[in-house]
Amino acid sequence: MTVTENESSGQPGEAAAPPPGCPMHGLVPGYPFGEPVTTELHPKYAEIREQAALTRVNMQYGGEAWLATRHADVKTVLADRRFSREATVGKDVPRVRKAVEELNIVSMDDPEHGRLRKLVAKAFTVRRVEQMRPRAQEIADELLDKMLASGNTGDLAAQYAWMLPITVICEMLDVPLEDHYKFRAWIDTWLTLGDEHTLEEMNEARFEKLPEYMSSLIAKRRAQPGDDLLSALVAARDEQDKLSEEELITMSIALLATGHHTTANQLANHLYILLSRREEWQKLVDRPELLNTAIEELLRVTPLSPYSENTRIATEDLELGGQLVKAGEAVMIFPAVGNRDPRVFDNPEDLDLTREHNPHIAFGHGIHHCLGAPLARLELQVALGTLLRRLPEVELAVPAEDVPWKTDNVVRGVAGLPVRW
Amino acid sequence: MTAVTWHIEVDQHACMGAGLCNGNLPDRFRLAGGKAVPVEARIEPDEDVLDAADYCPYRAIDVTDLTTGDSLVAVD
Repeated sequence: MTVTENESSGQPGEAAAPPPGCPMHGLVPGYPFGEPVTTELHPKYAEIREQAALTRVNMQYGGEAWLATRHADVKTVLADRRFSREATVGKDVPRVRKAVEELNIVSMDDPEHGRLRKLVAKAFTVRRVEQMRPRAQEIADELLDKMLASGNTGDLAAQYAWMLPITVICEMLDVPLEDHYKFRAWIDTWLTLGDEHTLEEMNEARFEKLPEYMSSLIAKRRAQPGDDLLSALVAARDEQDKLSEEELITMSIALLATGHHTTANQLANHLYILLSRREEWQKLVDRPELLNTAIEELLRVTPLSPYSENTRIATEDLELGGQLVKAGEAVMIFPAVGNRDPRVFDNPEDLDLTREHNPHIAFGHGIHHCLGAPLARLELQVALGTLLRRLPEVELAVPAEDVPWKTDNVVRGVAGLPVRW
Repeated sequence: MTAVTWHIEVDQHACMGAGLCNGNLPDRFRLAGGKAVPVEARIEPDEDVLDAADYCPYRAIDVTDLTTGDSLVAVD
């Protein structure tokens, strides 16, 4: 990705190129600062975090924005309703994705966001998710049995890290597991940045293929309701009129996609981090009681996305970190950058699997705090715990630097994790 | 004027400071030391507070009816 050829004006919402030789322009760094490298963050983030609370950046698309890098400010932007997500929908706002924001639960403001979230929130509480632990354990064991039976090498990402969350979300929604090759391909095309895909491809996946697929499942639920989450959403639509047909389809797509895509990539990346630093893996083999603390630390240090995403627009003039942000200006945040703020974390760049004080914001903060966080935690605990217990000798089959990484995806992830045992 | 008959309690061990309750109802909940606490523990009946309890991913919010002593939060 090049960042030098999209210079544009400072007006959010406009993509016009600046006049040649604009004297102000050279002072504003282009964003992204560079290509993502494994789970690392570009050193520029730490540099600008110490210089100022907010930094002006020239985004890949849509012009200039403020980038907040400190933990407290990131939390404020996430929680304060004067930073609107909905104001970005359908507009050419500063961003890194080629596609403009679509209207869904992730981009809605309250009260509309709350109306939809309420319909599914109870299915993802700690208590409800905890009841799924025995089944998640069973799935993890079966996947591992299958992998072990196939020889002494495998792809830990494809055969294990991806299949656990996919199987769980398919069972929650009662989506046929054998369809996963199909819907994963569409989701992967939809959730791209657009460097390697055309807008037409992205839109076809999101607005044609996935809705067609979901509509056919919804029709089946109408004919024969079950006790799955999709049936519950259909009932909320048909019996209580709590959401529109379009919202029902969008919501079910979002549940299927975010229900596995994020956790699968995080899990595979966590395994990459641990297996590429053998002493850390061994620490967890030797001290299984560290598992939950270690997972929180892995969540802290592993950026979910390659770059800052989910633009916010200030709805009024306000002050953030001592800086005036004017109404209509865009503010970017990157939770992973806040998660390495030395104001909050001791030795923030170090992986410390015993870290006790860890108020990370990997799941976000405020009204958009990850709906599936309890489920994600459960899956990470079951998947990593099972592997440490049953296959402590597993190791990377290639040098860590040869592990392939995905490109052009809104989520960071290894493209495969070759291992042997 | 509505009588103050409800009591809000946030379990400080269960709370993860996600900020959902505070984000939804800043007049009812605030964050202190990374955890949510009620702005006022004793309130007049307010259905929005029950919604906040339902939203909480960590089920950290309990609301009781002081006249009966019963919890008003649905068990999931």
